[in-house]
Amino acid sequence: MPTDKTDGAGAPDLSKQSGAAVQTGPDFDGNGRPRIAFEDVSKQFGKNVVLNDLNFNVAKGERVTLIGPSGSGKTTILRLLMTLEELSGGFIYVDGDPLTHRKNDAGKRVAMKPKEISVIRKRIGMVFQQFNLFPNMSVIENITEAPIHVLGQSKDEAREKAKKLLDQVGLGDRAEEHPTRLSGGQQQRVAIARALAMEPEILLLDEVTSALDPELVGDVLGVLRDVANSTDITMLLVTHEMQFARDVSHRVMMFDAGHIIEEAEPDAMFSDPQHERTKKFLQAIL
Amino acid sequence: MPDLSSIAPAGVVETLQDHWHTLLDGLKVTLELSVFGGAVAFVVAVVLGLAAISRLAVVRTVSRIIVEFFRGTSLVVQLFVLVYVLPQATSVGSHPLLFCVIALGLNYGAYGSEVVRGSLNAVPPGQWETTTALSMSWLTKIRRVIWPQAWALMLPGLNNLMVMLVKGTAIALFIGLPDLTSVGDDLRKSGVDAWTVYGISFVLYYLAALAFSAFLRHLEVRAQRRLGIRPSKVKTAQATAEAVA
Repeated sequence: MPTDKTDGAGAPDLSKQSGAAVQTGPDFDGNGRPRIAFEDVSKQFGKNVVLNDLNFNVAKGERVTLIGPSGSGKTTILRLLMTLEELSGGFIYVDGDPLTHRKNDAGKRVAMKPKEISVIRKRIGMVFQQFNLFPNMSVIENITEAPIHVLGQSKDEAREKAKKLLDQVGLGDRAEEHPTRLSGGQQQRVAIARALAMEPEILLLDEVTSALDPELVGDVLGVLRDVANSTDITMLLVTHEMQFARDVSHRVMMFDAGHIIEEAEPDAMFSDPQHERTKKFLQAIL
Repeated sequence: MPDLSSIAPAGVVETLQDHWHTLLDGLKVTLELSVFGGAVAFVVAVVLGLAAISRLAVVRTVSRIIVEFFRGTSLVVQLFVLVYVLPQATSVGSHPLLFCVIALGLNYGAYGSEVVRGSLNAVPPGQWETTTALSMSWLTKIRRVIWPQAWALMLPGLNNLMVMLVKGTAIALFIGLPDLTSVGDDLRKSGVDAWTVYGISFVLYYLAALAFSAFLRHLEVRAQRRLGIRPSKVKTAQATAEAVA
């Protein structure tokens, strides 16, 4: 558990173990199981190998930013976790439970059934670059839809929670509006509320401000800061907003060609990068 | 009808006066075939269209084979098989109207399934991915999110097919059903002027097609409005005209 939820300085203890201890599957460490574990994860699209034998852990409550040039595999990692892409090899564990593939008794890698996958997947939520609000529903319906039909909440309960979430993202007065009448920044805040309504343990943020006009970015990041400070949701972020990454994350991982080439606490990473590739990348974007 | 007689050729008024009952009976059969054939076609189109995007290769292949068969072979032969072969081979008996509805439904449903499939695929990938990210079951994601969006996209295509189906009901003539074309033909044979009879048929078919098309366009406008798209009246009229033409 994260000991410090507010200032983001004290990274949870497990954050330093990435890549090392993940050998034997779910139950591999004495201090409680990590929220997320990637074990020998490979992903290729046709002949294009995006990830190759990737190993890392994310602790409960930890907020990790993935940086790196485009094509380095950051977004693929989020999409694999959300089960939007199929794993080519290896395993992903959430709280020690396999997500899409597991080892059977003979130690062979087997794909899990869609029903089994959906149980674990409910612990994960995602916010997309393009918001993806449902155009056939009002703002509040966008938020209540999955809680009602997936979690089985009553309509009243779901609406009450959705209203609180809308207040939290500063859109309490837009509940009955049609999504197309909202600005990009407002749509993205609704999308964040929609993901939070599912009460995920893990929130994946895939370049959530990249499609926004510059003046709208601040509101969205402000909402995410609130979420980071007021909950212990584990977050994995892909972003180009380095100041934001520095403020909210416990750890930054630098990717290149599908490998973690450097990882550190944000202050160390941004002020004193070790790897040549990281230095170049940070120089180019800062 | 004094006004009509002043603008219409004399034969038309006379023919209508003498034979309106016969023509109306024919129109009724045509409308029955249209409504029920259209309903069956819609169900077939939805089932085959959803099957075409299934995750299971077997389901996709079966859908493909059915679609190719009913699109690739003659509707008239399909009808003849139902009417002349099926009662001999089995004990289902002879039901020309029902068989005609089924033949129309399967044939136009096969075409319609392509419209349904295309529309489902045209819903942006981000919408599908978001339903996965929200852990929605297949039924929930289709029913609540994907279908309402695809519905607005598929209606223009379905509208076209419906108009074609209305006019295509004339194959009923081949199996002796007294539809509009059939009764018109009988009137001609009984000595009524051919131009007059077929002219009246043209108008009645056109009006029937127009009615179905206007109804489907109405559904399209409603579906678009739900997606926050505001359709213009000009476009509505244009779309209806295009569908009928």
